[in-house]
Amino acid sequence: MFYRENGQFKTNYKSDQQIFAVKQDRIAIIALIAFAFIGVPLLADEYLFRAILVPFLILALAAIGVNILVGYCGQISLGSGAFMAVGAYMAYNVFMRVEDMPLIVALLSGGFFAMLAGIIFGIPSLRVKGLYLAVATLAAQFFFDWLFVRVPWFTLDNPAGIAAVSNLSVFGWQIATPMDKYLFVLGFVVVFALLAKNLVRGPIGREWMAIRDMDVAASVIGIRPMYAKLTAFAVSSFIIGVAGALWAFVHLGSWEPLSFDINRSFQLLFIVIIGGLGSIMGCFFGAAFIVITPIVLNQLLPWIGRLFGVEISTAMVGHAEFMILGTLIVWFLIKEPHGLAKYWSMARHKLRLWPFPH
Amino acid sequence: MGFFLETIIAGLMNGVLYSLVALGFVLIFKASGVFNFAQGAMVLFAALAMARFAEWLPEWLGFESLLLANVLAFAIAAFLMLIFAWAVERFVLRHLVNQEGVVLLMATLGITFFIDGFGQTIFGSDIYVIDLGLPDEPIFILEGLFPGGLLINQDDLVTALMAMAMVALLTLFFQKSGTGRALRAVADDHQAAQSVGIPLGRMWVIVWFMAGLTALVAGMIWGEKMGVQFALTFVALKALPVIILGGLTSVPGAIVAGLIIGVSEQLAEVYIGPMVGGGIQIWFAYVLAMVVLLFRPQGLFGEKIIDRV
Amino acid sequence: MSKKKIGDVILDVHNISLRFGGVKALSDISFDVREHEIRAIIGPNGAGKSSMLNCINGVYKPQEGSITFRGQTFKHMNSRQVAEMGVARTFQNLALFKGMSVIDNLMTGRNLRIKSNLLLQALRWGPAEREESEHREKVERIIDFLEIQAHRKTPVGQLPYGLQKRVDLGRALAMEPQVLLLDEPMAGMNVEEKQDMCRFVLDVNDEFGTTIVLIEHDMSVVMDISDRVVVLDYGKKIGDGVPDEVRANPDVISAYLGTSH
Repeated sequence: MFYRENGQFKTNYKSDQQIFAVKQDRIAIIALIAFAFIGVPLLADEYLFRAILVPFLILALAAIGVNILVGYCGQISLGSGAFMAVGAYMAYNVFMRVEDMPLIVALLSGGFFAMLAGIIFGIPSLRVKGLYLAVATLAAQFFFDWLFVRVPWFTLDNPAGIAAVSNLSVFGWQIATPMDKYLFVLGFVVVFALLAKNLVRGPIGREWMAIRDMDVAASVIGIRPMYAKLTAFAVSSFIIGVAGALWAFVHLGSWEPLSFDINRSFQLLFIVIIGGLGSIMGCFFGAAFIVITPIVLNQLLPWIGRLFGVEISTAMVGHAEFMILGTLIVWFLIKEPHGLAKYWSMARHKLRLWPFPH
Repeated sequence: MGFFLETIIAGLMNGVLYSLVALGFVLIFKASGVFNFAQGAMVLFAALAMARFAEWLPEWLGFESLLLANVLAFAIAAFLMLIFAWAVERFVLRHLVNQEGVVLLMATLGITFFIDGFGQTIFGSDIYVIDLGLPDEPIFILEGLFPGGLLINQDDLVTALMAMAMVALLTLFFQKSGTGRALRAVADDHQAAQSVGIPLGRMWVIVWFMAGLTALVAGMIWGEKMGVQFALTFVALKALPVIILGGLTSVPGAIVAGLIIGVSEQLAEVYIGPMVGGGIQIWFAYVLAMVVLLFRPQGLFGEKIIDRV
Repeated sequence: MSKKKIGDVILDVHNISLRFGGVKALSDISFDVREHEIRAIIGPNGAGKSSMLNCINGVYKPQEGSITFRGQTFKHMNSRQVAEMGVARTFQNLALFKGMSVIDNLMTGRNLRIKSNLLLQALRWGPAEREESEHREKVERIIDFLEIQAHRKTPVGQLPYGLQKRVDLGRALAMEPQVLLLDEPMAGMNVEEKQDMCRFVLDVNDEFGTTIVLIEHDMSVVMDISDRVVVLDYGKKIGDGVPDEVRANPDVISAYLGTSH
C-alpha cells in the first residue's frame, strides 16, 4: 500500500519521461544517494571502503560502459580490459609528464584516449557481426596487453614495468584515506551514471537499441549504422577508460598490465550478464555480486568444510569460485537473461500490489 | 634460405595444431550453431585428465609400461570428454535451443569457467607432464638440397603427423560417414533435420564428444611440448583467429587458415618481432584476422551472410 | 467519399532487373506511381513483389535499371537517402525492435528529424528535453490514430501479432513520409483486423495525402482500395492498370488460376 502510483498523474510529457517517474522511486533514489554520501562514511570502516565499496563503484562504472556497447547496442566485446588499461596508462602519462596537471583532467584524458582506441578497434563492427566481432575485439585485448609490457614509454621507462601514483588531491582536498577515496569515486560514478542514463533513454539510446534489435530495419528508418556503432564504441570506451584510470589511481595505487588482462574483460562481461543486459541499474547489482561473492565464499566454504571435517584451502576456494561463477552464468542465461535487474523490477511489481497477491 | 625454410616448417607444424583445435570449433558450430568458447578450457581439461591418469594408473594398478599408461589414460580421458559432452547437452544446450549466438557464446564462457575450476579441483593446479616417449633429438632433413640440411625436432615432426592424421580422420568422418551426413544436415537446418527423424540431442552429444576428442589430441600434443598448465588455454584460444580467417562454417577453411596463421605468426615473430621488442605472437594472429575481416567479413572460405528482411 | 486529386508521377521504376546468384528475382520491370494515389502490387507467391519494394528502398541493389524519385534518377538507392527523401515502409516479417516499447519504436521513426547532439543528450538539458517532448507529442498523435494507447509502454515483442503490425505502420508514419511502402500489411489478420487496417491505410492516404504503394494478397482489399494495380509473375510484369482492367486481363487470370506456362 505504500507503493501505489494512484493519483500520480503526469500532465506533461516531460514529467512522463523522467528517469524515475514514480514518486516513491524518486524519494528512494534521493534517499539512497544521500545515504551513500553522508550515512555510509559515518558507518563504514576502512576495510569496507577499501575492499568492497571502492572496487564495487569502479567496477559498476566500467560495467556501465560495457553495458552500453554490449547490452544496449548489441556489439559483443571481449576486450574491455584493454580499454581500462588504455585509460589507466594514458591518464598516468598525462598526470606525470605534464606539470601541475589537475587529477580530474588527467582521469578524463585517460577516458579520451580510451575512446580513440575504442573507435579504432570498433571499426570492424561496421562490417562484421556477432561472433566474428567478438574475436576481433580480442585483438584489442592482446595487442594492448603486449603494448604496455613491451613499450617502456608507457611506464615512464620504469625498469620493473610498474606504474604508480601517490599524493592525489583535488582543489586542495587530499585524497588519502579510504573514505576520501570512496567519496571521490562516488562522485564520479553518480555523475557518469546520470549522463549514461540520459544518453540511453534519449535518441542515441534508441538508435543503439535499434541496431541491436535489427540493424537492417534500422537503416531503412534512416538510422546510420556506422554512426550508431562508432558512438557506442566511443561512449562505452570513454567510460571504461575513466573507470580504468580510477581503478589504477585510486584503488590500486600501483599497477601492471596484468590488472587489465582478459580475465578483467570476462569479469566485466559477467557483471553485465548477471546484472542485466540493457540496464544501468543492473550494472550496480552485478558489480555488487561479483565483489561480494568471493569474500562470502572465502568465509563460507572453509566453514562448511570444517562442518564436514574437510580442510578447504584458499586455492580450493578460488577454484570453487570459478565453478560457481560459471554455473551462475549459465543459470542466468537460461532462466533469466535479463539478469538481476529483472528480478528487481519483478520485486517492484510485487511491491505495487502489496499486500495483495495479485 | 635454410633458416627461412626452417621458420616456415616450424610455422606449419604449429599451424597443424591450430587447425586441429579450430576443427573442434568448426564442428560444433556447424552442427549446433554454438560458438564454443570453452574449447580452450576443454583442451586443458582433457590434457590434465590424461596427464594425471597416466601418472596415477601405474601407481594404482602396479605396472611400468609407459605405452600402456598412456593408452589407458587416453581412453579414460576420452571417456571423460564423452560424459562432458553429455552433460553440456543435458544441462546447457537443451535449455538454450532458440537463443541467439551471443547468448550461446556467453554460456560457453560460463562453461569455460566451470571447467577451469572443476579441472583444477580434481586434477590439481601444478604443471604436469605428458610423456609420450617420443625421440627428442633434432634431425636434419633434405640434406641433399641444402648444405647441412634443415633442422627439425623429431617430436615436433611426429606430433605434427599425429595432428594431420586426426584432421584427416575427422574430415573423412564428416564427409563420408552416415553420422557425418546427419551432422551436416543438422548444421544446415535444425528443423528440417528433425523432421526426417534425426535426433537433435544425440547429434549434439556426438559433436561435442568429437570436439572433446580433438581437444584431447591437441592437449596431449601441446601438453607434451610445453607441459600441462593453465597457459594451455590461451594457446588453444589462438585457434579463434584461425576460424575467423577460415570462416566459421568451413572445414577446409579451418585447415588452410591454421597453416596460414601458424606460418605467418612464426615469420612475424622472427622477422618483425625483434624490431618492436619481441613477443608479438600473442596478438599478431588476432590482428591479422581482424584485418582480413575488414575485407572479407565472412572469412576466406565462409558463407556470405545475406540479410533477409 | 470525395474525389481525391491524383498528382503527377512521383516514383518511376525503369527496367529493373535483380538477380541472386543464378536466380532472377526481377526481369525488366517498369511502372510508375503517381502522387497521392494508392498503387497495389500483386502477384502469386515468389513473384518478386517484396524484392521490388526492397529495390525502391535501397535494401537490395538491382543489377540493371534505374529509379526516378521526384525527378532525380538513381542506379540504386541508399537506404538512408531514401528515408531522408521521404519514403517509409513496413515489412512483411515485421522488422520491429522487439526489445523496445511501442513509444520507443515509434520514436525511432522520428530519428531523422532529431537535431540535438550527444553532449546535449547526455545532459538532457533545455533544448534536448524540449525536442524530446515535441517528438513525443507527434508520436502520441499517431498512437491515437492507430488506437494503441493502452500499449504505449509495453515491449513490442509481447504484443499480439495484429497490434505489432499496427506498430510497424506507426513507425513508418512517424517518419512523416510522402511515399509509404506497405509490404502485406494485412497478412495473417482476421476480417476485423483487416477492416481496421484498411481504414487506417485509407485515412492516411486521405488525411495526409500520402502516396501508398501496397503489396497485398487479398483481392477484395486490392480491388476496393487501390487506384491502380501492377501485376507481377515470376519476376515479370504481366499487368498494369486500374483494378477493373487488371481483373479482366487473361494473363493475370491464368497466372493466379495456373494454366501451364
